[in-house]
Amino acid sequence: MQVSNKLTPFFENLNFERDDNTMVINFGPQHPSAHGQLRLILELDGEQVVKATPDIGYLHRGIEKMAENMTYNEFLPTTDRLDYIASTSNNYAYALAVEKLLDIEAPRRAQAIRTMLLELNRIISHLFFVATHALDVGAMSVFLYAFREREFAMDLMEDYCGARLTHSAVRIGGVPLDLPAGWLENAAAFCDKVDYEVEHTYGALLNENRIWKMRLEDVGVISAEDALSWGCTGPMLRGSGVKWDIRKEEPYELYPELDFDIPTSDRCDSYGRFMIYMEEMKQSTRIIRQLIPLYKETEPQLMAHSPQYISAPKEEIMTQNYALMQHFVLVTQGMRPPKGEVYVPTESPKGELGFYIKSEGEPYAYRLKCRAPSFFHTGLLQNLLVGTYLADVVTIIGTTNIVFGEVDR
Amino acid sequence: MRKYVPKDNVQKKAYYTDRFHVVPSVPRAEVTDAHFASVVTALGNDVKEAYIEIGQLVVHIDPTRNFDVMKTLKETCGYTQCSEQSAVDYLAKDNEFELFWQLLNITEAKRVRVVCRLANGAAIESIEPLFKSANFAEREMFDMFGIKVNNHPYLKRIIMPDDWEGHPLLKTYPLHGDEFASWYEVDKIFGKEYRDIIGPENRDPGKVDIKDTKRFSRIGYEVPFGAEYNADEEVPVEYSETALVNYNKKTSKQLDERR
Repeated sequence: MQVSNKLTPFFENLNFERDDNTMVINFGPQHPSAHGQLRLILELDGEQVVKATPDIGYLHRGIEKMAENMTYNEFLPTTDRLDYIASTSNNYAYALAVEKLLDIEAPRRAQAIRTMLLELNRIISHLFFVATHALDVGAMSVFLYAFREREFAMDLMEDYCGARLTHSAVRIGGVPLDLPAGWLENAAAFCDKVDYEVEHTYGALLNENRIWKMRLEDVGVISAEDALSWGCTGPMLRGSGVKWDIRKEEPYELYPELDFDIPTSDRCDSYGRFMIYMEEMKQSTRIIRQLIPLYKETEPQLMAHSPQYISAPKEEIMTQNYALMQHFVLVTQGMRPPKGEVYVPTESPKGELGFYIKSEGEPYAYRLKCRAPSFFHTGLLQNLLVGTYLADVVTIIGTTNIVFGEVDR
Repeated sequence: MRKYVPKDNVQKKAYYTDRFHVVPSVPRAEVTDAHFASVVTALGNDVKEAYIEIGQLVVHIDPTRNFDVMKTLKETCGYTQCSEQSAVDYLAKDNEFELFWQLLNITEAKRVRVVCRLANGAAIESIEPLFKSANFAEREMFDMFGIKVNNHPYLKRIIMPDDWEGHPLLKTYPLHGDEFASWYEVDKIFGKEYRDIIGPENRDPGKVDIKDTKRFSRIGYEVPFGAEYNADEEVPVEYSETALVNYNKKTSKQLDERR
């Protein structure tokens, strides 16, 4: 323990007096590069990290506990607060898990809208990644440009559901609203804009930038075997050369009908992952463009027809007695899915976001476990940081793209 | 007489269930898929029960055999990733936990869920040597349920603070926290001697403190910021009159306490 006096003041974050000549640094939980509330206890030998201990839990809200005390529909807006950078992907993963449990399928128009929103959220999340990662490493201007486009994407989300950050844009069994007039044209224009900017702004600023490559190349190297063992998914896994994307391998919604590529990289380092994020944004715009004609061919039904679990459309509730009765029961008591358990994985922008739901036939889930990609990527840090230099720590935290809403839950 | 509330499960329950309500079950299919059949064969006698539920193979095993089963699944059947593991609390019903491991085979794109029942107080073997992702997942399971894991490299609380008491995801743990939780921050920040002055932490988001003059909770009465609470001097706010409703006339029903 330090004894502080005027000559040796108390350093809150440093501990020098160790026998083995290493220094312990307390990184976070309020560090601006910690992407939220990450506390890292770093043991340094000179500037090299000898041991890293991630300490999490500063944003714990007990979301899994709340799920056991809320009906299935009540819980949906709470899932916004998991990965708050791309809320719709959480809403969707949860809604899909409950739909699998109920054995219902959303109508085709809802599927088209959901797929578009998911890809839009992927772009929002990836733009956020590029912006903050560049900012962490020291490239300020990319942050300004990327956040400009992110605003446009959030405007699109706002046009659809009225919210910019916590969307709740998906319901169990479908979507609550149809796309407003002119949304598709705006989305198409936005796709053109993103494609242009990825190529000519962020790409031009970063891809071949000498400093950027020096800071990212061969930093945070993880082999494919390690990545699998540590539970890495999404761009972290694809960055190690494993071509695994749940949208292709275990497809859901309209993904089987769409034509898109899965970018991978054999570099296994931060630069490879950065290039994957850049390429995925282009693939997402490609998906949205393909969905525009698909959407136009669909019937206008938005919610699945399953009177036992899903309320009828508002017109029916207001005109038909039986629909009103069922709506009343579903609102006051909540739906009661059959007894059983389900685990449904989806490809969120960060990786595999899965919901495990154990139902005992009650209106409240008996157990809900959210498999958050960032949780396992945070665990990986204790392996990834060892042997690297202090200057690279921020780059490596950035490249894992962790969001503490879903780490701590 | 006071209504009896069961203490072994304090989570929210349905306020009404129809007398004739029959709970259906998710259909469980026989293992017909060639890959899943080979998995069941590879596991041999360890399989207590195997079926397919919503597209994924579910294998029930004995809790003492979990490491060997995972080893076979990883090395023989190609399940190279442990996506998730956790527990379900069945203490009230069976005095047991149900543990599950969610495994992924990326070459076949198949998922297996290994399930076992662990008696209360028993420990489970760590699978951290096989799947590093279990490092964090097992710590979380220990933190949330108090299930001990043998041979884990660093079995410590992960989400709750180190000096926390109780395991939040147990069914006996109330949603708004227990007695310990309500004093934790007061003791930590001010010290135990301030308990009388500050009082226990209230996590009810709808709570209105009538004596609080520093926040926006003096509904209907205006008091200078931070003024001493004095019920005698209270002057009700007078609203300007409108043609439709007289807001100064207190006719509406007011609840004395929160239900």
